[in-house]
Amino acid sequence: MAAPRIIVIGGGLAGLAAVIKIAEMGADVDLFSIVPVKRSHSVCAQGGINAAKNLKGEGDSTWIHFDDTVYGGDFLANQPPVKDMCEAAPGIIDLLDRMGVPFNRTPEGLLDFRRFGGTLYNRTAFAGATTGQQLLYALDEQVRRYESEGKVKKYEHWEFLSAVLDGNRVCRGICAMDLRSMEVRTFPADAIIIATGGNGAIFGKSTNSVVCTGSAQSALYQQGCYYANGEFIQVHPTCIPGNDKLRLMSESARGEGGRVWVPKAPGDKRDPKTIPQNERWYFLEEWYPKYGNLVPRDIATRAIFKVVFELNLGIDGKPMVYLDLTHIDRKILDRKLEGILEIYEKFVGDDPRDTPMKIFPGMHYTMGGLWIDFKQATNIPGIFAAGECEYQYHGANRLGANSLVSCIYGGQIAGPNAVKYARGLQALPDGNGVFEAEKKKQEDANSLLMNNQGTENPFRLWQELGELMTKDCTVIRYNKNLQQTDAKLVEMLERFRKVNLSDRTQWANTSVAFTRQLYNMLQLARVIAQGARMRDESRGAHYKPDFPERDDKNFLKTTKAYFAPDADEPKFEFEEVDVSLIPPRPRKYDAAK
Amino acid sequence: MANKSVIIKIKRQNNPTSNSYWEEFELAWHPGMNVISSLMEIAANPVTRDGKATTPITYDSNCLEEVCGSCAMLINGRARMACSALIDNLEQPVKLEPFSKFPIVRDLATDRSVIFENLKIVKAWVPIDGTYDLGPGPRVSPEEQEQAYPISRCISCTCCMEACPQFNEDTGFVGAATIAQVRLFNTHPTGKELQRERLSALMGDGGIQECGYAQNCVEVCPKDIPLTKAISEVGGAVMKQAIGDLFRR
Repeated sequence: MAAPRIIVIGGGLAGLAAVIKIAEMGADVDLFSIVPVKRSHSVCAQGGINAAKNLKGEGDSTWIHFDDTVYGGDFLANQPPVKDMCEAAPGIIDLLDRMGVPFNRTPEGLLDFRRFGGTLYNRTAFAGATTGQQLLYALDEQVRRYESEGKVKKYEHWEFLSAVLDGNRVCRGICAMDLRSMEVRTFPADAIIIATGGNGAIFGKSTNSVVCTGSAQSALYQQGCYYANGEFIQVHPTCIPGNDKLRLMSESARGEGGRVWVPKAPGDKRDPKTIPQNERWYFLEEWYPKYGNLVPRDIATRAIFKVVFELNLGIDGKPMVYLDLTHIDRKILDRKLEGILEIYEKFVGDDPRDTPMKIFPGMHYTMGGLWIDFKQATNIPGIFAAGECEYQYHGANRLGANSLVSCIYGGQIAGPNAVKYARGLQALPDGNGVFEAEKKKQEDANSLLMNNQGTENPFRLWQELGELMTKDCTVIRYNKNLQQTDAKLVEMLERFRKVNLSDRTQWANTSVAFTRQLYNMLQLARVIAQGARMRDESRGAHYKPDFPERDDKNFLKTTKAYFAPDADEPKFEFEEVDVSLIPPRPRKYDAAK
Repeated sequence: MANKSVIIKIKRQNNPTSNSYWEEFELAWHPGMNVISSLMEIAANPVTRDGKATTPITYDSNCLEEVCGSCAMLINGRARMACSALIDNLEQPVKLEPFSKFPIVRDLATDRSVIFENLKIVKAWVPIDGTYDLGPGPRVSPEEQEQAYPISRCISCTCCMEACPQFNEDTGFVGAATIAQVRLFNTHPTGKELQRERLSALMGDGGIQECGYAQNCVEVCPKDIPLTKAISEVGGAVMKQAIGDLFRR
């Protein structure tokens, strides 16, 4: 029997972890990515990766990591896979260490660990403040090794368009587009793994990279995959506002002692360094004495919103607060945080070693995603998912430094399960008809866009989408606004039909690719808005002032959206959450758990 | 500051074989602009300075925080990353051109995949036994980590190659970035197993001997990687191995 052929879509940490496992098992892998895989969004992860190695004599354990993760996620995550992930984490760190990741070290040459949000333990291994970059490079190097041995074939600058499904709705491959020649082609596979990251672009400006549009997930949702917990969007408390994106200022800045404050006097125009201690308000430390500046992100973000919008204490009356590192020794800052300090210096022009940084919350992470089972399989046979594009590990709020571990772990589970599934798969009986049909469908979609004579500029439509979603679907949510948001999305989908491409050429046409993504963003935005509308409670990152409490009786459930093609809109089901290991309890960070 | 504007001149080319041409754009100034945000504004309103409708500019970009290595181009003649090129710090008109030493895809996008091929040639990886749970890696002192980490921050942007007078079709020079990676892996406790092969790959035509010590690489590197130091260290090791090989024959 021929070796199974697996297609992996996305070359970030999850995709590359899957590729390595598959190649190791002797199967063939085709790896598809919009950008060269070394340029994937995982490079943006800064602060570190969690694993309860307990190298600081604090009595940490994988169970406490598991409990912190479930509690931080406000009990919305299915518990067995989270427990497995936390148990695998120390081994993952060892593997990365063996691959040569230049983790920071203790004087004895052991791995150093720092503290992150939502925990009281030093559990986060780190390589300066560019940990994601270093981890991605380690996996990229191992994949390059397999590539040079002929076990992996890369398709870089190719974009996934859709899955090829047979008459029984079993996945038989993918349809993709060469972003240079604009050629649409189908590729057969026995199983595919989606590892395409988050959907920040739906919110216009976010901390995400340009490729993080959620387009692949949305395409699959429109083909019949369930999309789970779409309404759970993480807004990171500390970002640098910008015209083109919101640049992340890592939680590790607070992990190393950074303090968040505002001047006590509204509109205080003094240089922050001249404001005496007793005229500063360290509001996180006051409100959350036990966790202080290291409360989970949803809590810190809401606190900043309260200070800025309710109490009108933003710096100079603007939506900004200080993140202050100036009290920390410069040598320590350089050794542990240089990467992020450099970002602030380059993009803002001030040296955060000398002056407090001005920051504000920004859309950061997609907790929801493609629905998968405990083997990372979606509901369509042959389609697996791993990494930020799926929903499994973070519940209603992700803890800092858990994303890198969930990406690698998810990839390591998805890879072998895809191979196992592929080995048991019956060959496709009826030839190539389904491939031809899918290819034609996608080519038709392209020519429709190319020839459309309308008035809507896709880039401007996208800006409107981002502003709409950021305003009503992020930190504070009201049912009335969510309803209006969905109505506006319907209107925008209607306007999309009048889209006009200013570029109609057949070579490296970025407008075509972008406009296709935009359509998928609009469809997925409805899942987010409607999911948020339906969940009348507050849980983790999902906060409704009209329903301020968590409601386990009615909403301790996974939201599952599926696409109804005839109605052209999402429908919803709700699924029980597996809370078999830790009984849900109230989540409070003003005291120790 | 009212009505202040930004003039951007862009060298365009529709495909790899067509002729290049220049287009000029005028944008309203606002604080915090950079080259990428300007290109995004042009995409939303693709009209030249003289009012002619045109196409959005094709360029590579991804992270927009200078860590993915995508958006390298010539900005006012200098090889650098577009996302971190703040408009306020640039002389106007801002002149954007694609890299000159790599095949042009379209407009400002070039095919720089040669760097990834070079990384294959020098086996820039640690040859681990497998991904099974085999316990922790070798101990590494903080001093060794502090040597390795700066080199490991290379984003493969290829600015060092564009700026290098020796990097061209005649020499086939691998370029500074790849040589620095040899330095990185040859000093890793497990990585150095492949030391000899890596050094051999840097001997002969296109190898480390092509370096003319112009030092342009260090000057343009956006990550301040000690490239010339790495080149001289690797150069010494290559020389030592070459002489050793001579005597072993």
